[in-house]
Amino acid sequence: MVEIDGLSKLLKEHPFFADWSDDYRDLLAGCAANHRFDANDYIAREGQPADKFFLVRHGTVVLEYPVPGREPVLLETLHEGGVFGWSWMIAPYRWAFDARATELVRAVSMDATCLRGKCDADHTLGYELFRQFIPIMARRLEATRLRLLDVYGSTR
Amino acid sequence: MTATAENRAAAVAPADPMVPRPFRIVRRQRELSDTFTMELTAEDGQPFDFRPGQFNMLYAFGAGVSAISISGEKSSGRLLHTVRAVGTVTDRLQALRKGDVVGLRGPFGRPWPVDRARRRDVLIIAGGIGLAPLRPAIHHVLANRGDYGRVLILYGARTPDDILFPKDLKAWRSRFDVFVDVTVDRAAPGWAGKIGVVPDLIERAAFSAEDATAMVCGPEVMMLFTVRALLRAGMAEEDVYVSMERNMKCAVGFCGHCQFGGRFVCKDGPVFAYTDIAHHMTVREL
Repeated sequence: MVEIDGLSKLLKEHPFFADWSDDYRDLLAGCAANHRFDANDYIAREGQPADKFFLVRHGTVVLEYPVPGREPVLLETLHEGGVFGWSWMIAPYRWAFDARATELVRAVSMDATCLRGKCDADHTLGYELFRQFIPIMARRLEATRLRLLDVYGSTR
Repeated sequence: MTATAENRAAAVAPADPMVPRPFRIVRRQRELSDTFTMELTAEDGQPFDFRPGQFNMLYAFGAGVSAISISGEKSSGRLLHTVRAVGTVTDRLQALRKGDVVGLRGPFGRPWPVDRARRRDVLIIAGGIGLAPLRPAIHHVLANRGDYGRVLILYGARTPDDILFPKDLKAWRSRFDVFVDVTVDRAAPGWAGKIGVVPDLIERAAFSAEDATAMVCGPEVMMLFTVRALLRAGMAEEDVYVSMERNMKCAVGFCGHCQFGGRFVCKDGPVFAYTDIAHHMTVREL
């Protein structure tokens, strides 16, 4: 119980769950786990089962795509307050990229099986979770489109 | 812009705005593969006053004229222009060396609202070479640091190799009274900084949205996305200023080349309150 209280507090401190009710936060704390990653630790690997998502509490995580025979392509960096890993919501539940800590990272993971169970039992919770994720996904998509435009490229 | 600032800007305009003055290149510095800075001094020895955000018309004799923002002042009368070589005139300017002479008309245009921003948080947001027209505003704010609230400089570039004025960014970042954040669109392994777009930096920045002034300069699409992020963060349209770029020729509102809706970018801009041009920024034909 003490551990869950501590995790509930960590969830409250993170922007993703900051505005949630204490009841839901306490409920979801049962799916949470605290993590520490050192620089260059891989948090997730492309193609592996996406059995959790992560809330970054401290440090920088780079999302990168492995390219055989070449250096990985760096896609994006995430920082304190960031969230990554929505593959747990989309079948076949596999990571779509590598996630690597570039420095000491402290993060909270949310277990996917546990979350799905709670969402199946309480559809309002599931709706709230999706409502929280979708704007983040939309902003990520918007940022990707902006980068595709290559606005800083030469106009020649 | 306050009436005082307007008067000052008008007061420094030359007597005949269509007559270029000769300026000599006293120093030339490569910034990026296609970008360089020229330090100019007037051949007639007369002082040159300008306001942050204003621009000059630079003549590469025999090639033509181009509107170039003033990117700083080395000392009184020594002007800096940072130019990206993207066409006939700017290519010719790039080929000039120390000792060569260019023609100059100016300064023109409405400046950044550095007076109106006093006692407020200031967000200076640049993308690519857009940092050049904002650098005089940064110098002004830092020279009068006590007059402003929190000062944030947010900058985005294409890659780490395309970051403009890296020494300046490092110097500003080393101050305890300025927040500087830089991101790039793409990077190779080994880059320890941020990868992402400028609007992402706004989401993480700490400022008082109800009591802040934002000055934004960069490619138009970048500015559009940036303004959306600022409005999402709670800023009012009238507190957001953008610097527009159009094909300027006369710089005094006669020729119409830079017409933007009912306004001329050379005369009514290049700095506009977003609220004044918001309805034009998404008109494709403009």
